[in-house]
Amino acid sequence: MTSLPEASAKKLGLVIDLDTCVGCHACATSCKEWNSNGYSAPLTDDDAHGGDPHGTWLNRVHSYEVGDGAESRTVNFPRSCLHCETPACVTVCPTGASYKRASDGIVLVNPDTCIGCKLCSWACPYGAREYDHGDGTMKKCTLCVDRIYNETMAPEDRVPACVRACPTGARHFGDLGDPQSAVSILVAERAGFDLLPEFGYNPVNKYLPPRARKDREVTPRAIEAPLRAGPGSNADRFFAWVDKALSR
Amino acid sequence: MHPAYSVIVFTTASGAGYGLLIWLSAGVALGLVPRTPALGFTGLGIALSLVTLGLLSSTLHLGRPERAWRAFSQWRSSWLSREGVAAVATYLPAGALGLGWVFGETMPGQVTTAAWLAIAGSLVTLWCTGKIYSSLTTIRAWNQPLVPPVYIALALGTGGLLACALLPMFGADARWAAAASVVSLVVGWVLKRRYWTAIDSAARTHTAEAATGLGHLGTVRPLDPPHTQPNYVMREMGYQVARRHALKLRKVAVGLLFLMPLALLIWLLAPLPAFAQLTLAIAAVLSGVIGVLVERWLFFAEAEHVVVVYYRGGAA
Repeated sequence: MTSLPEASAKKLGLVIDLDTCVGCHACATSCKEWNSNGYSAPLTDDDAHGGDPHGTWLNRVHSYEVGDGAESRTVNFPRSCLHCETPACVTVCPTGASYKRASDGIVLVNPDTCIGCKLCSWACPYGAREYDHGDGTMKKCTLCVDRIYNETMAPEDRVPACVRACPTGARHFGDLGDPQSAVSILVAERAGFDLLPEFGYNPVNKYLPPRARKDREVTPRAIEAPLRAGPGSNADRFFAWVDKALSR
Repeated sequence: MHPAYSVIVFTTASGAGYGLLIWLSAGVALGLVPRTPALGFTGLGIALSLVTLGLLSSTLHLGRPERAWRAFSQWRSSWLSREGVAAVATYLPAGALGLGWVFGETMPGQVTTAAWLAIAGSLVTLWCTGKIYSSLTTIRAWNQPLVPPVYIALALGTGGLLACALLPMFGADARWAAAASVVSLVVGWVLKRRYWTAIDSAARTHTAEAATGLGHLGTVRPLDPPHTQPNYVMREMGYQVARRHALKLRKVAVGLLFLMPLALLIWLLAPLPAFAQLTLAIAAVLSGVIGVLVERWLFFAEAEHVVVVYYRGGAA
């Protein structure tokens, strides 16, 4: 049933630190690797070795330039499903394949009943759902549902593949419904925020803003005059003569 | 939004089919058309064939068409599911109408009752089609209250043109159908103009700054894309039509969908030989159908999804 369940007490999700993310794409590639073999398999690619390689990925890392002048900075921005509390991608689904789990709030697609109508991807403002041309169904982040409860794995591996792979500790996994959890405390301390809250979908995943610069006062330096002589100088005329002489 | 041809054909064909079903039902219920079996068989046959063709075409849009039957289950929350349920439910009164009209009534009042129910079912189905689009808050050009009324008006307009071509073939009076088509097309034209004004003036309220939550640091500009080739999200949701082409195509749509059929309908009112009347009516149908195809293509091509701000910055 694609009507939403009662709000779950447990709200599993990710907290992504935009201060420490270095934009290495390890989260995206480890996600692709894990999910090509697990719940979301197959995760197909088109023209993988040709001129227009593209395919289904559940996590994408943008890099933005933010601010102006000496205060501008690069912010790397991983983008995946936010496991919203009241998502439209679930309620628009005509088949019941798209659903939100009552037990832990994870939003999933049932690969056996999805008809691939793409309407859920139209309803999502975050671009979190991608259509798998090879499989004919919609794919999205599963929060690695096949890892986090997997008792055959070592306890430290029972986190989403992206969290396990992140070399800078920019991705955190936990229960955002529990105010005492490590992720909830992190969000409270660092003023974690929602993306596009005006849509009212109440994302569970939170983002942590880049920290303020405190290394030094930033004073813009005047751009120095280039060393090279401008056109029309004696040097230019000399090199033009050399060029002409050698071209003969 | 990427204009998927299967969806454009679906809404155009089934829209005209429901429009014809509505006018034939109204005609027979109000005693405006003769209850000759040949007219009932041909007219309802064409209407239901168009509807069925459209519905089958819509399944071509699916990645797993063999699972399409599952789409009837989620009518509690999904407008797409409601559309499917309403479309199938409308076959029942339409079938009862057809049987009563062609083979005679098995119970008194069958034709009239079934006709009114078929009209109601058709209108509900068309309304659901419009709501699929207008309920999406992510797409400014679709999240407009005028979208469902425009779908209904254009279905009535194109269906009315079909009725104008069909009725004279069976010696029936088509003047009421011409009047109905004129009213539908004029209403459709007015609504469509208001819709275009609305989407042109609607504010672009969703910015890259809000989408990334980084607005407090300044403007947000894409530096490195997440992937080198366009992905599904960009291909499906990032479709862009040049503004000047869109304006030109709006004029083409207005000319073919409204101006040309209206002129031909007025010409039809003059005393003409039957053959000339039929030629004019068929020309009006062709013009209207091509016009509605252009209008539907633009409805997709002009619609911009909010997700594009992650890829190109700015606002949507």
